[in-house]
Amino acid sequence: MQKLLIGTAALALTAGMALAGSHSVVRMGTEGAYPPYNFINDAGEVDGFERELGDELCARAELTCEWVTNDWDSIIPNLVSGNYDTIIAGMSITAERDEVIDFTQNYTQPDPSAFLVKDGMMLDMTGGVFAAQANTIQASYIAEMGATLVEFATPDETIAAVRNGEADAVLADKAYLMPIAEENADLSLTDDNIMIGGGTGMGLRESDGELRAKFDAAIQTMKDDGSLNALIVKWEIGEGF
Amino acid sequence: MFSFCTSPETLSDLAWMACYLTTGKHMAIYWSVGTVLLLLAITAPTALFFGFAGASAARSPLLPVQLLGRGYISVVRGVPDIAFFLFFVIALDQFFEWIRHEVKCPDWGEPIRQGNDFVVCAAAKLPLGNSAQWVHETYGFFLAVLTFAIVFGAFAANVLFGAMQAVPRAQMETAEAYGMSQRQCFWRILVPQMWVYALPGLSNLWMVLIKATPLLFLLGVEDIVYWARELGGAKTARFTDYPHGDWRMWYFMALLVFYLLFTRVSELVLDRIMRRLTHGQATTGGEAQRKTA
Repeated sequence: MQKLLIGTAALALTAGMALAGSHSVVRMGTEGAYPPYNFINDAGEVDGFERELGDELCARAELTCEWVTNDWDSIIPNLVSGNYDTIIAGMSITAERDEVIDFTQNYTQPDPSAFLVKDGMMLDMTGGVFAAQANTIQASYIAEMGATLVEFATPDETIAAVRNGEADAVLADKAYLMPIAEENADLSLTDDNIMIGGGTGMGLRESDGELRAKFDAAIQTMKDDGSLNALIVKWEIGEGF
Repeated sequence: MFSFCTSPETLSDLAWMACYLTTGKHMAIYWSVGTVLLLLAITAPTALFFGFAGASAARSPLLPVQLLGRGYISVVRGVPDIAFFLFFVIALDQFFEWIRHEVKCPDWGEPIRQGNDFVVCAAAKLPLGNSAQWVHETYGFFLAVLTFAIVFGAFAANVLFGAMQAVPRAQMETAEAYGMSQRQCFWRILVPQMWVYALPGLSNLWMVLIKATPLLFLLGVEDIVYWARELGGAKTARFTDYPHGDWRMWYFMALLVFYLLFTRVSELVLDRIMRRLTHGQATTGGEAQRKTA
């Protein structure tokens, strides 16, 4: 009898899922190495601004979501080949990325990027050596600036490069660099704020318009009722809407 | 983990360390040690099987089979590992999904390739989109095993092919003179004798395989090197109860010890196997053993 019940329940469940279309569970891909946007907390779970935001968006869009971490370098190829359904990893909306994937509307303002240097260091904008995470807007900015660019796979390694003198400065989102500059006496931010990118948005497959519309609407409701601003203030991401 | 871990900033060094090393995140690195060992335990015999099949095929008197075996050995050995791991796994995954798509959704109207996207019907997804995270991880793990087995199988095939050629021709001739069939010659004379020639090459491969496991993260499996980098990176107090500086050196030091111990144990075991295989063989090693006995 019990088996029969479970069987029927499973059948009902699968039928329901078939009706709900391809997204009975939405897999959210993130990097998990970019606090405060996303990081792995002490318990080993994805945490941060985007975790809270993503969970709230899923609740509003009535989706069941699951978190997956993926290496930054292969985060777009794995999205388009269908290993997860969204990228929510502090990814700035840029024209190059938009050719490959689609973005929702931005959920943060274009965040100023800043230079993190060893205390008292003067920056040489063309002759200096700059560190940035590979495949980021900051990396392409440095390349265009004409300075020497050293790329690293993770944000953490870029900071280490400045510490050990391999690079003069790191260019990264200010929200990421701020807590690091505050806690380390030997590191500080310069006064330049550079505006690059069109804010961060969720990345989705271009063929997945329906899901994109759902998240877009959910982000809009969060913008309208001020809950997005509250999250931005809580995690010190930058300016609100 | 421990009851005294509720406010780590007040703890003494030793207690702090005990708490720090037992956080959920550290449990993940201990698990990943298991993942790596399991991967090796499954991959090594699978790769050996691939290698044996490849070598036997390359020796086959049938031309198509022979070409298949030789093609496998030379193509896979020639492709750089990292390219193989980046490209091949996604391709393999898409291949499986495409087959399932053809079988399960024959009347699907849209194309599978839409621009950059690879889209199959929901029922063909592998694993299904709604399955639990552990299913996805297990699937990823077995894709990794298969990829490792194919890559290392090609190298093993080359080693075994050479070993089969190295068995003295006189042994085979004697077997034929006794009237054994080709199959009997192969299984009773060639295969038991070839291992002693194959082992040095295979033991090299095993050592390389041990060190190749960090390629796992390219496949989305979180291995020990990924966790060492993640845990060792500097942590600010805002995002963790256990802030610390850049400790990657210590984590990588631990990895170094782990890998060195592991390769040392492997060496000891391989030496024993070699001694057993040499026993009674028509090689200088076998002859030396006979004289001391």
